[in-house]
Amino acid sequence: MQQIINFIIRYKNFLLYILLMIIAFAFTVQSHSYHQSRFFNSSNWLTGGIYGTFYGINTYFDLDDENERLLKENQRLRSQLFNQDTSPNIKLDSTNLKYTIVTGQVIKNSYAENRNYITINRGEKDSVKQDMGVITDLGILGIVENTSRNFATIQSILNTKSNINAKLKNTDHFGSLIWDAKTYNVVQLIDIPRLVPLHIGDTIVTGAMSSIFPENIPIGTIKKYDLDTSKSFYRIDVSLFNDMTNIKNVYIINNLNRKEILELEETTENE
Amino acid sequence: MSRGIFINIVRFVLLVLVQVLVFNRLNFFGYINPMVYIMFLYWYPIKENRALFIGLSFLLGISVDLFSDTMAIHTAATTTIAYLRPFIMRFVFGINYEFQSFKLSNTTKAQQFTFLALLILVHHTVFFSLEIFSIANLLLIVKKVLSIGAASLILCLLFSSLFSVNKE
Repeated sequence: MQQIINFIIRYKNFLLYILLMIIAFAFTVQSHSYHQSRFFNSSNWLTGGIYGTFYGINTYFDLDDENERLLKENQRLRSQLFNQDTSPNIKLDSTNLKYTIVTGQVIKNSYAENRNYITINRGEKDSVKQDMGVITDLGILGIVENTSRNFATIQSILNTKSNINAKLKNTDHFGSLIWDAKTYNVVQLIDIPRLVPLHIGDTIVTGAMSSIFPENIPIGTIKKYDLDTSKSFYRIDVSLFNDMTNIKNVYIINNLNRKEILELEETTENE
Repeated sequence: MSRGIFINIVRFVLLVLVQVLVFNRLNFFGYINPMVYIMFLYWYPIKENRALFIGLSFLLGISVDLFSDTMAIHTAATTTIAYLRPFIMRFVFGINYEFQSFKLSNTTKAQQFTFLALLILVHHTVFFSLEIFSIANLLLIVKKVLSIGAASLILCLLFSSLFSVNKE
């Protein structure tokens, strides 16, 4: 007994170090699974609050650019609206809606790591929930991962855990969008069969198989393509429409049918 | 004594804020974000309780992790260098760092440089090994450790010459 106590006293620093390392590893390994740890994210009140305060100061410096961007988007949407052939007799009351949209601002962005997360100033208070899609005026951005009352963290598409259904525009050839963590403006589209005709510059958009994003949201254009090691699928480098280093205003998309789709898929799989 | 505690608390808070609000957003060349909060471990008094020092470093790592959404990678790296600091000091300064009269400001510039460089090297190696977490990407780990390590070293040297440690 005496010896055990002596041992503990003698090596107390080492034991403390081992204990703290185990705690750190536990948090890290746990997060290698699908969802981030619930406590270790910048959407909690303290970190979110500090980022929010500094966002309030920073935001004045690029109001002009942001206004310009929003004007351009409005111009594009208006020209689509005015040139529509069909008369707008679609009933847009709340029972017909498939998606609702919440706007938000980015208060923390990162793109230099392997798993990048973005924090926005909208949370449960604004009915933002886990697994909602997030886009900007130019293209997709990521998926909501954690929420607190006033803030939410988004798993960016520049995240090695990210996996989003995407397809070639105007076709139904779909694949998965992943990121190899090399450059912040290029993501990879895999699992496109080799019989599909591809051209450099083709547009990639989100696919219809996702219950998170609506179909046909722009992602980027083909930069280069190669066959993968199995020689039967393409591995495509997609250069993003979004400048991931310069993001301010985002739209959070809530698919009202998502719950129903997921329930249906679950019962089908369980049979 | 209480003055020392006060200085360390202020240093802790300021370094975390400077790290997350300024240096985490630097993105030089698209991926270089120097880690200056290591200066806390460089400046921390030598003859203090070691267990307390390791615990404080753990807290420092967790604070940075919370802000940068990096799980507990900063924590693991910082705790490691906190534990290894006495060994690194013995290696750099020889046996005389254990004497009562030893002061960091009395050592040569070359010794301070080596001490800081070793701290950063160990920290970044642990950090990027955990972040990338695959042997297949060994080259990427080495590249990140060297490039970001160099950036951290330059900034930490600037910090150490701007705010000298004559007080302790």
